[in-house]
Amino acid sequence: MSKWVRLALPVALLLAMPALAQNKPRNYGIGHAATPAEIAGWDIDIRPDGQGAPPGHGSVKDGEKVYMDKCAACHGEFGESAGRWPQLAQGKGTLASGNPVKTVGSYFPYLSSVFDYVRRAMPFGDAQSLSNDELYAVVAYVLNLNDIVDDKFVLSKETWSQVKMPNANGFYDDDREKAEKAFWNANPCMKDCRGPVQITGHAAAVDVTPDDKAKKGGVE
Amino acid sequence: MTEPTDRTKASRRCFLSMTAGLAAAGAGVRAALADNAKNLPPNVPDWTRSLGAGVGTTPYGVPSKYEKDVIRRTVPWLTATPESSVAFTPLHELDGIITPNGLCFERHHGGIAEIDPHDYRLMLHGLVDKPLIFALEDIKRLPRVNKIYFLECAANSGMEWRGAQLNGCQYTHGMVHCVQYTGVPLKLLLEQAGLKPNAKWILAEGGDAAAMDRSIPLDKALDDCLIAYRMNGEMLRPEQGYPVRLVVPGWQGNVWVKWLRRLKVGDQPWYTREETSKYTDLLADGRARKFTYVMDAKSVITSPSPQAPLKQKGFTVISGLAWSGRGKVKRVDVSLDGGRNWRTARIDGPVFDKACVRFYAEIDWNGEPLLLQSRAMDETGYVQPTKESLRKIRGVNSIYHNNGIQTWSLKADGEVENVEVG
Repeated sequence: MSKWVRLALPVALLLAMPALAQNKPRNYGIGHAATPAEIAGWDIDIRPDGQGAPPGHGSVKDGEKVYMDKCAACHGEFGESAGRWPQLAQGKGTLASGNPVKTVGSYFPYLSSVFDYVRRAMPFGDAQSLSNDELYAVVAYVLNLNDIVDDKFVLSKETWSQVKMPNANGFYDDDREKAEKAFWNANPCMKDCRGPVQITGHAAAVDVTPDDKAKKGGVE
Repeated sequence: MTEPTDRTKASRRCFLSMTAGLAAAGAGVRAALADNAKNLPPNVPDWTRSLGAGVGTTPYGVPSKYEKDVIRRTVPWLTATPESSVAFTPLHELDGIITPNGLCFERHHGGIAEIDPHDYRLMLHGLVDKPLIFALEDIKRLPRVNKIYFLECAANSGMEWRGAQLNGCQYTHGMVHCVQYTGVPLKLLLEQAGLKPNAKWILAEGGDAAAMDRSIPLDKALDDCLIAYRMNGEMLRPEQGYPVRLVVPGWQGNVWVKWLRRLKVGDQPWYTREETSKYTDLLADGRARKFTYVMDAKSVITSPSPQAPLKQKGFTVISGLAWSGRGKVKRVDVSLDGGRNWRTARIDGPVFDKACVRFYAEIDWNGEPLLLQSRAMDETGYVQPTKESLRKIRGVNSIYHNNGIQTWSLKADGEVENVEVG
């Protein structure tokens, strides 16, 4: 090994050091440490396994009262919906039909998907106003409206895992890259790509564009 | 002096808007009917003779009063209440790739939160070494980047799954906008707290009355997400999440959480209501795709379109917008005969990753009816599908991710209608 190589090696290592140091993220010292108390006030999310569920409990019976006071005006006394507000109950067996009805019972995969939402966003216009016990109770009542729990059920962290949602297995991960592989095409057709073209539908015939005399339908 | 003139102009505008629907019939005749001869050569109009308003008349500038119809519009029957609803971008009135801030579509779930920037806080906690809270001034002190991205609601064109329904690209495609964001890379922010080895997912949560929460895979968070506080140079508009929103390039708008108040690092997704009951794609067999974040390549001809009919025969520029959540738009083709034959359009202006591009196709229109379509291709080789081929795979119940090729029927009188072809 030449003297030059023996010298060059440590020099190369030295030169590499600033580059290595740059790979380590810089701490800018900006922002302050969040205290446990600060976090507790905002940390309201709940996972399917119940992680994050608050202390407390509520019965179907107590939930009925909360529901009638605070929910029924929009969601209907039996979760059937009043007007355009989301329907909470029924709809089982409709998902593959021409008119799928997506409710807590027919569509939601997890208890937490309902509970987390009610905890953060309901009642509409009075968010985060329910006590933990009211929250457990009203969710228990909505489960009962969907025949997921019986009239005597009391929902709590302890009974969380007893709730079995009917459509828990109704979802699968995005598979478009596989299922829709045909949409990738380096040379799409440019000439005579199809037979004669016919108009098969007119928006004007449906007549729901604003400024026209609108009629109801469509998506939420 | 100016008062009577204004009145004249006002009545002229009124006449114009009343006759807009009929104007197309008389190609070439409209100009003679509508224009006020006293403003035309050889006469000299008032605005040339008298002084205009001084500087500072509108400290924050607004568009010309003659552009009063360039506004977001709603479809009242779509939703139960305006606090959880949508107002659409008037795509037919715009050109280029940047959407003006005041015209970016709105979609809120609990109304527009009005956040005092001094009391704004962003909490970052969960599977991190050091939970942190940032004030707005903290975020603004960190290194920042500028990026142009499109944002499309997953439900854009969702009303069209079962057939042509709404007559106007504002309604069929107006849940998209494209602006330049200024913000801090989310990666940089996460590095300040230090990720635990088992970190896999991030929960992003809004500070509005819906407290929107969505799960985002860590890989995406570390790739190109931003904590943005400016759009097109100025602070975010309240309806776009003032003072801070999450930017998730190429992914459905619902995960771009506005009024961002909290980021929690976890080891599995949360399966919130918004990513289960909503924003999942119900297929014909009754099962649903979940976490369909990416917005596939899509395009629409914005002019001519139902709200922008043709008024003249002869040379015409067909103009449209294209975008892809998988990368850059590589090419856009235009068809005049409902998809039988295609020609490649000219993309004009910059082409950025996961941003809108503007395309043009120039034609000489002799007044014959046309079936106008556009078809976007992106750099991954994805080609925007026909609605027919999309429905074959997805059925008609999925609400979200309708990126099928749009057909506009241009009639002999210049009017344009949203149609389906088969």
